[in-house]
Amino acid sequence: MIIHLALEVMMEVFILQIFNSLSVGTILLLVAIGLSIIFGIMKVINMAHGELIMIGAYMTYLIQNLFLKTMPEYLNYFYFFALPSSFIAAGFTGFILERRIIRFLYGRPLDTLLVTWGISLIFQQMARNIFGAPNVEVKTPSWLQGGLEIMDSLQLPFPRLFILFIAFLSVCGIYLYIYRTKSGCAMRAVMQNRQMASCIGINTKKVDAFNFALGSGLAGVAGCVLCLLGPIGPSLGTYYIVDAFLVVVLGGVGKISGTILAAFIIGFLNTTFEFSSTATMGKVLALVIVIIFLQWKPSGLIALKTRALE
Amino acid sequence: MNLMEVNRKKILITVSLLIIALAPLFLSDFRLNLLAKFLTFCIVAIALDFIWGFGGMLSLGHGIFFGLGAYSIAMYLKLEASGEKLPDFMVWSGLLELPFLWKPFQNFFFALTSSLILPAIVAGLIGYMVFRSRIKGVYFSILTQAMAMIAAILLVGQQPYTGGTNGITNFSTILGFSLSNKNTQLFLYLITAICLVLSFLISQRLINSRFGKVLIAIRDMEDRVRFCGYDPVKYKTFAFAFSATLTGLAGALFVTQVGIISPAMIGIVPSIEMVIWVAVGGRSNLYGACAGALLVNVAKTYLSESFPDLWLYFQGLLFIVVVLFVPGGIVGLIKKLFKESKKEQNILLSEEK
Repeated sequence: MIIHLALEVMMEVFILQIFNSLSVGTILLLVAIGLSIIFGIMKVINMAHGELIMIGAYMTYLIQNLFLKTMPEYLNYFYFFALPSSFIAAGFTGFILERRIIRFLYGRPLDTLLVTWGISLIFQQMARNIFGAPNVEVKTPSWLQGGLEIMDSLQLPFPRLFILFIAFLSVCGIYLYIYRTKSGCAMRAVMQNRQMASCIGINTKKVDAFNFALGSGLAGVAGCVLCLLGPIGPSLGTYYIVDAFLVVVLGGVGKISGTILAAFIIGFLNTTFEFSSTATMGKVLALVIVIIFLQWKPSGLIALKTRALE
Repeated sequence: MNLMEVNRKKILITVSLLIIALAPLFLSDFRLNLLAKFLTFCIVAIALDFIWGFGGMLSLGHGIFFGLGAYSIAMYLKLEASGEKLPDFMVWSGLLELPFLWKPFQNFFFALTSSLILPAIVAGLIGYMVFRSRIKGVYFSILTQAMAMIAAILLVGQQPYTGGTNGITNFSTILGFSLSNKNTQLFLYLITAICLVLSFLISQRLINSRFGKVLIAIRDMEDRVRFCGYDPVKYKTFAFAFSATLTGLAGALFVTQVGIISPAMIGIVPSIEMVIWVAVGGRSNLYGACAGALLVNVAKTYLSESFPDLWLYFQGLLFIVVVLFVPGGIVGLIKKLFKESKKEQNILLSEEK
């Protein structure tokens, strides 16, 4: 009887751990996938990615308030409206940034890092001036409250399942776009060999602008679903940006599958170490493992095979 | 280098040395303390410029080394201030006796040595690991940034041993001299000034030496240097460790001037702020780095005193404008005005791929 009980508890812990790592992994994936696209194609280090996430989150907040004011009876469904608008708001911001600032910096990755850091400072301060420094809260719709009961004392919260679902949809969408559409084909061409792609008639500037907007839009979606996890504030993006970059570095440049794998590995490491020690040690150990791994495979988990020296 | 240029450089050095030496006569105590703080930042700028401007390694984690130096001295100062008792934050977190790691820091010379050696060891280890696997460019920057984040998290998390978010503060004396005493402050200011000049001279000497030439070659084309039979790992690791030592020194001096060190001064944000000092002044030029550190910090003090909100906008714009329009920084602008050595400008622009 006691053994049976102990087994059950272990089972619960095990399932919960797996679910938590999946959940953290999907959040990291949503945050990092836009970054990975932008870095993969343009070699731009977009430090303002976190602030694009923040724009998506605040857009969700605005949509919620809009629904509260004009049609409170449909408040439950504002998320279906907030998701696309976050995508569009962040994507449009990204597009403007690319056209006005970042395109002058192609070929100078370290400079893009500094410039986008400057942009992120400005965005953060703007958010503070517009929405105030304290965090704001987005109410979880009633159909996302509660959770899926698997066992007596084990519940998988609906918001996290919803994020899992959204991440799955986003990844499928990106996969279809990259491997099944003409525009995605052009993107892959530019990623592999920019000059050659340009020679055969691909408008690389257009590809750059479009994909920067796409990557930014995905950041917006990430921001939208992050509202489900807790209050949002002007410094929302800074919590995620470093982890997101680690995912991109670990995953390797130029393959979506690498990013997915890396996101889940880092999610798994974080939650496992957190479980066995403290939250801070979890992060530290995860980073150490990433660095040790890079000793063995400096170009990441899955890298494009190339004969070039660099 | 023609004769005129040599003369101009000599004049520049003499004038700046005079200003630094005479400053105590004209400035109020408060301003002098501020200037001393800025001079420690100048040392950081030199250290960063040494590896970024001449070695092509943009470190976004120099806060770690600054912190290592600063915490070493802060631990000593705290122990001296607490006398026989435990430091206050340890009592608050329920420690009963001095942790093992803290014990040697009762000795000033151990603390001083550790503030210089510890950053070098850490940087040497990190550098060797990273450079050996040929991680460079933006990957290096991202990794160092992640390390800065980790360092800050660790310091905050280990409250009983590090003082947590509040850091270490409330010092009273250094080697028996009161820190708030005017003469002590003047002395510390002079020490800082001497350290700055020494750091500058040593760095300049290193850059002009054979070592510096190889370092610059590595910045411009690492693979070709490797094919020539040099081992870039050694050069880069040494440069990184040297830079870390200087930064640790700056951190140690900083603590004695400002009287506090906390994780907020060593995380991601301050680390990248150090980079903008160098970028504004002009990378690949040590005078520029110093000038940049001074200018940006004067602007920061002025702006955040009078318009606290504006400082972040200003800093953001600084990043954008400097990188987009004046990649050579102030030095680049001056050079453009004098229309000398356009070639150098071009090298600066095309240095990264």
